[in-house]
Amino acid sequence: MLGRQKGKAGMADKKMKRKSSKTKVDKEKIITLPLTKEKVLELKVGDVVLINGQIVTGRDKIHKFLFSQMPPKEQIPFALEGTIIYHCGPIIRKTRKGFECIAAGPTTSIRLEMYEHSLISEYGLKGVMGKGGMGKQTLKALKDEGCVYLHAIGGAAVYLAGRVKRVVDVWKLDDFGMSEAMWLLDVENFPAVVTMDAHGKSLHKEIDKKSFEEFRKLTGIR
Amino acid sequence: MLTLRQAIVALYMDAATSLPPDVEKALKKACSKEKKGSNAGAALSTILENIQIARETARPICQDTGVPVFFIKIPAGLSHLEVKDNIIKATRIATKEIPLRPNAVDILTERNSGDNTGTGFPVIYLEETKNKQLTIDLMLKGSGSENIGQLYRLPSAELEAERDLDGVRKCVLDTVYKAQGRGCPPYIIGVGIGATKDQVTKLSKEQLLRNLEDTNEHGVLLKLERSLLNDINQLGIGPLGFGGKTTAVGIKIGVNHRHPASYFVDVSVSCWADRRARLVWQIKK
Repeated sequence: MLGRQKGKAGMADKKMKRKSSKTKVDKEKIITLPLTKEKVLELKVGDVVLINGQIVTGRDKIHKFLFSQMPPKEQIPFALEGTIIYHCGPIIRKTRKGFECIAAGPTTSIRLEMYEHSLISEYGLKGVMGKGGMGKQTLKALKDEGCVYLHAIGGAAVYLAGRVKRVVDVWKLDDFGMSEAMWLLDVENFPAVVTMDAHGKSLHKEIDKKSFEEFRKLTGIR
Repeated sequence: MLTLRQAIVALYMDAATSLPPDVEKALKKACSKEKKGSNAGAALSTILENIQIARETARPICQDTGVPVFFIKIPAGLSHLEVKDNIIKATRIATKEIPLRPNAVDILTERNSGDNTGTGFPVIYLEETKNKQLTIDLMLKGSGSENIGQLYRLPSAELEAERDLDGVRKCVLDTVYKAQGRGCPPYIIGVGIGATKDQVTKLSKEQLLRNLEDTNEHGVLLKLERSLLNDINQLGIGPLGFGGKTTAVGIKIGVNHRHPASYFVDVSVSCWADRRARLVWQIKK
C-alpha cells in the first residue's frame, strides 16, 4: 500500500483498514494545499507524497477550454493558484446529500502536453497529477514556475476514491459532462509519486532512455 | 427467471468490478518479484488492494469503464437483432445501476450520450456457432491502453522488420517501447497477423479474451509468446512505468492467412485491469 490511511474517507474505507501493507515505502512526504514554490522545490523524483486539501480535476475539455479561452481567474469558481490539477475523469454519483465519488483514478497525462505549460504559468498551479508522465514543454514549465508532476496509481480508482473525503463542488458539468467537468475534491492522504520535479528531472525521460537501449539490443536496430 | 437482458447487466457488473482470477494471479506473482520498498512494488500492492476493494464493494475497478466490446457466438435460429437489442438496453441499465462512466461521445456534436450507447457503441461482433448455447464475451476496454495500440504493415524499413515472425517480434517490442508507462502496465498484449487491416485489429483484440494460462495451438507461436514476454520484461519499463521487472504479464498471438503482398500485424494492448467476463446462455426450446 502506498501511504498510510488515516481517518475516515469514503465508503471503501472500512475495507481498506483491515489490510496491512506488504511493501512499505518509508519516504512519504505530506503535502498540504495550497502549495508554495518553496515546498515544491523540496520534492524530488522518487518521493512518495500524501496530498491533503482541495484539488481540482481537469482533463481534455477543461484543458482545451482554459488554453483557448484563457478566462480570467475571477471567472473560475475555484482557486487554482497553489493547487493541483488532477487528470481524472471520475465516476461521481448524485445522491440526496450531494455528490458521491465512486471511482477516481488518473487518466493519461500526455494528451494534455500542448496545454499544460500555459495553464501552469497563467493560473499558478503548483502541481499536475495524472499518469504516464508528460513531455519537454511541461518539464520546462515545472522548472520555470516551480511546479511538480505527481504520478497517481493508474487504475486504482476505488482505492483512490476512498481518499476523497468530499466532493465539494463542480464547474462546467452541464457543458462538458461528468468525466470532463472540473470537480473540486477534498482529499485526505491521497498517495502519489513525484516523477517529474521542479529541478528538471524526469523519471519518464530516464526510463525511456534505458528502455530504448534495451530495445536496440533486443531488435538489433541501429 | 433471469431474462437475457438482466443476465447481460450482471455480466457488465462482473466485468467492471471483478478481475479474472488468472490476471489477478499474474499480478500477485509480479508484485512478489519487484524489489521490496520500491515504488513499483508499492504500486502493485495498491493495485491488488484496489482489486479486492472493488470486488468487495461491487464498484468499478477503474473509473474508465471503457468501450464495451462484445464477442458473441450465436446459435442458428436466434435473431442477431434481438441479441443486439438486449445488449443496448442492458448497457443503459448497467450504466445507471453499477454505475459505469458514460463514455460514448458524438463525433459531430461532441455531446456524451450519457448511457454508453451510440453509433457503433458498444462494439458488437457476432458470429454463428454450431453450439446450442449463446456465448457472450464482454471486454471493458479502457482507452488509456487502447490509445497505445499499433498497426504495422510489413516490411518496415524503420524497424528493419521483414515479413516473418522475427518482424512480428520487432513490431511488438516497438509498440511496448513507444507505450512506455502511459497505458497502465503491467500490460497484456494481443497480436493479430493476417491479410487485411480491419481483420487483424479485431483478431488482436480477440486475443485479449484468452486466459493467460492457456497454450497457443501452434507450437511456434507458443514459443514466440514465451520468448517475447521475456524480451518485453527486459525493457525495464515496469509497473506503471516506474521501472522494474514486470512490464507485461501476458502476450497472445493469433494468425489468419494473408495475401502474398500483405503482412499486417496489429498489436492491441490492455492495461493491467484486463476486464473480461463470459456469459453462457442456454436457449429454451
